Amino acid sequence: MSTAENLVSQEYKYGFVTDIESDTIPRGLSEETVRLISEKKNEPEWMLGFRLKAFRHWLTMTEPKHWPNLTYPEINYQDMIYYSAPKQKALKANLDEVDPELLKTFEKLGIPLQEQKQLAGVAVDAVFDSVSVATTYKEKLKKHGVIFCSFSEAIREYPDLVRKYLGTVVPTNDNFFAALNSAVFSDGSFCFIPKGVRCPMELSTYFRINNSESGQFERTLIVAEEGSYVSYLEGCTAPKFDKNQLHAAVVELVALDDAQIKYSTVQNWYAGDEEGRGGIYNFVTKRGKCAGHNSKISWTQVETGSAITWKYPSCILLGDNSIGEFYSVALTNHAQQADTGTKMIHLGKNTRSTIISKGIAAGKSNNSYRGLVKVMPKAENSRNYTQCDSMLIGSNSGANTFPYIEVMNNSSAVEHEASTSKISEEQLFYLQQRGISQEDAVSLIINGFCKDVFLQLPMEFAVEAQRLLGMKLEGSVG
Amino acid sequence: MLEIRNLHASVDGNPILKGIDLTINRGEIHAIMGPNGSGKSTLAKVLAGHPSYEVTKGQVLYEGKNLLEMAPDERAREGIFMAFQYPIEVPGVSNAQFLRLAYNEKRKHLGEEELDPLEFKDLLKERAKVVEMDASFMTRSVNEGFSGGEKKRNEILQMAVLEPRLAILDETDSGLDIDALRIVAGGVNLLHNSENAVVLVTHYQRLLNYIVPDYVHVLAGGRIAREGGKELALELEEKGYDWITSSVAASGIGASRVT
Ligand SMILES: Nc1ncnc2c1ncn2[C@@H]1O[C@H](COP(=O)(O)OP(=O)(O)OP(=O)(O)O)[C@@H](O)[C@H]1O
Ligand SMILES: [Mg+2]
Repeated sequence: MSTAENLVSQEYKYGFVTDIESDTIPRGLSEETVRLISEKKNEPEWMLGFRLKAFRHWLTMTEPKHWPNLTYPEINYQDMIYYSAPKQKALKANLDEVDPELLKTFEKLGIPLQEQKQLAGVAVDAVFDSVSVATTYKEKLKKHGVIFCSFSEAIREYPDLVRKYLGTVVPTNDNFFAALNSAVFSDGSFCFIPKGVRCPMELSTYFRINNSESGQFERTLIVAEEGSYVSYLEGCTAPKFDKNQLHAAVVELVALDDAQIKYSTVQNWYAGDEEGRGGIYNFVTKRGKCAGHNSKISWTQVETGSAITWKYPSCILLGDNSIGEFYSVALTNHAQQADTGTKMIHLGKNTRSTIISKGIAAGKSNNSYRGLVKVMPKAENSRNYTQCDSMLIGSNSGANTFPYIEVMNNSSAVEHEASTSKISEEQLFYLQQRGISQEDAVSLIINGFCKDVFLQLPMEFAVEAQRLLGMKLEGSVG
Repeated sequence: MLEIRNLHASVDGNPILKGIDLTINRGEIHAIMGPNGSGKSTLAKVLAGHPSYEVTKGQVLYEGKNLLEMAPDERAREGIFMAFQYPIEVPGVSNAQFLRLAYNEKRKHLGEEELDPLEFKDLLKERAKVVEMDASFMTRSVNEGFSGGEKKRNEILQMAVLEPRLAILDETDSGLDIDALRIVAGGVNLLHNSENAVVLVTHYQRLLNYIVPDYVHVLAGGRIAREGGKELALELEEKGYDWITSSVAASGIGASRVT
């Protein structure tokens, strides 16, 4: 039976460029660049030391070009701008002082920064190119002892906390892109939830790339002390350019005894056009450490954008009885390529992990799941459950599954299930026969396929994610 | 309501329907019978607009409009409903969610206000009584893990919700136990009125004891080989299809003008 094809994507509605004056450093990367970034940010000596160590290490490393199932032209690291910030003085204490162009930009993206206009219960850190332009609800959160601010501010205001945890989950020499990030990262978010506090609102960071020549290298660090809880959301978009921009972020999560971190992402970077021109190269290192016993880290990601996605949000289950979860929807269309998955490293006793991955490949895109489950000798009685489903739309797309499983004791058990399916003409016809348009039928089927993941997302995000998938595949089958 | 004239259709280049003429009026019940492979499901799917079937000749008018020009979802919104011989599973989509979407599409089409989930829940509860379906089926994924009989019953639930003008039921009776058959038939009778029409595709005269047809058509080799009243079904039950198919071969009865 001929399965449906003919992919047309809806206009990317976040593709506009904000016309704003920027403070931009010359292109190219050297020790000088690293020093310049640190100087621009008025950083203390220890921070510069961290960067330089990372940079020197990076020089000895090579880009991981062989094992990922991705093909892309050589990235010229000397042809990129490593720091670009909208021209405004220091971070504004007051929103009234933030450049109205920036406020307008975020408003247009559906992220109003005026607190009264926001979704109640969500605090936002808005990052534009290399810097954080505003963080909302900071004062309210402070009353609960919760620190939520830009990374730059954290380095200034909470140096001891930052020093204590920075690089403890993703060391500077972890991998090529993490080392690069550690050397040149410009901003990001810092969250600290003190002992016993249940964070009273969702925390979120919205990343916006605006400059066509600059890379974005942000860093997020979330620390949840004993018995605390936080739910963190991350969203991102970028304008449409014919050139590719590099996004190499590092996210580190630390959960102490009995703490829980829920981290959700809806990634909608510009994906390039139908022929594969332009789009973001998304090389991201995300890792959480369940350092304490009974701690839990849960990653939920909905990856719909970027020309290239290279991303493996992982959990190190160090504490006994700790839990790691990874729920993922990765959708690729046209010429997009994604190689994404997770790593669950079981170190503590009775640790448990769950992996639910849903890959959807349309157009001539390529979508790979890559996952490692490693149970160390001392991680007795540990469990993993992995379910990995792929759905192909049309006959020119590809889906792959690369599971790596290593179990080093006898009391643990690992379970892996995988499936590949196609949206069948019969399914579409059935729904259409009930009066549902073809487009709605496709999004109904896709949303059904992704249901187990969407259930994990906070309400507003789930709605957004469903809408986004529908939009990305609009007119995709015919 | 429906006028089929000299309809020819093929799938993957193989001619299946070879000249069907059939007229259906409001208020009527038609039964279509015929041996396996004679083209009954093909006819149903062509009327519903399945993309794999190509109409090579003939025309179909539905309420005076050219049906063959309409997309399948458009036909559905215009009141054509087909109960599938093999209902399709839609994992992760609840029956209630699916039915509400379908129902609201139709309301929108008619320029009526859409129902919110709570209003729809009440309506669904009401309609589910028609086929005596338990509420637990509403939260389950469409047809996923349903038994054969439950799937068939679910088709009639959908019919009860969508209230079609022309319902084509493709072997809805196959796979139903005695009680379920009675319930499903009762449901269809309840939904049938002078404003709509029902086409029953079936192999068994038994169904026609419950839903009494005005006309019976026998399909053989892609043509209507025999037509009659409800007695024809009894005759078939007694004699099998051989006497029709062989007499078709011998005398060409029922074969519409071969060109
Ligand atoms: N893709 C296809 N290629 C070739 N022949 C096909 C194809 N699809 C259906 N057919 C044939 O068309 C003929 C009619 O099939 P159809 O399903 O309409 O029969 P039916 O009368 O509904 O039979 P049953 O009583 O078994 O349900 C069959 O001989 C079938 O094999
Ligand atoms: Mg059939």
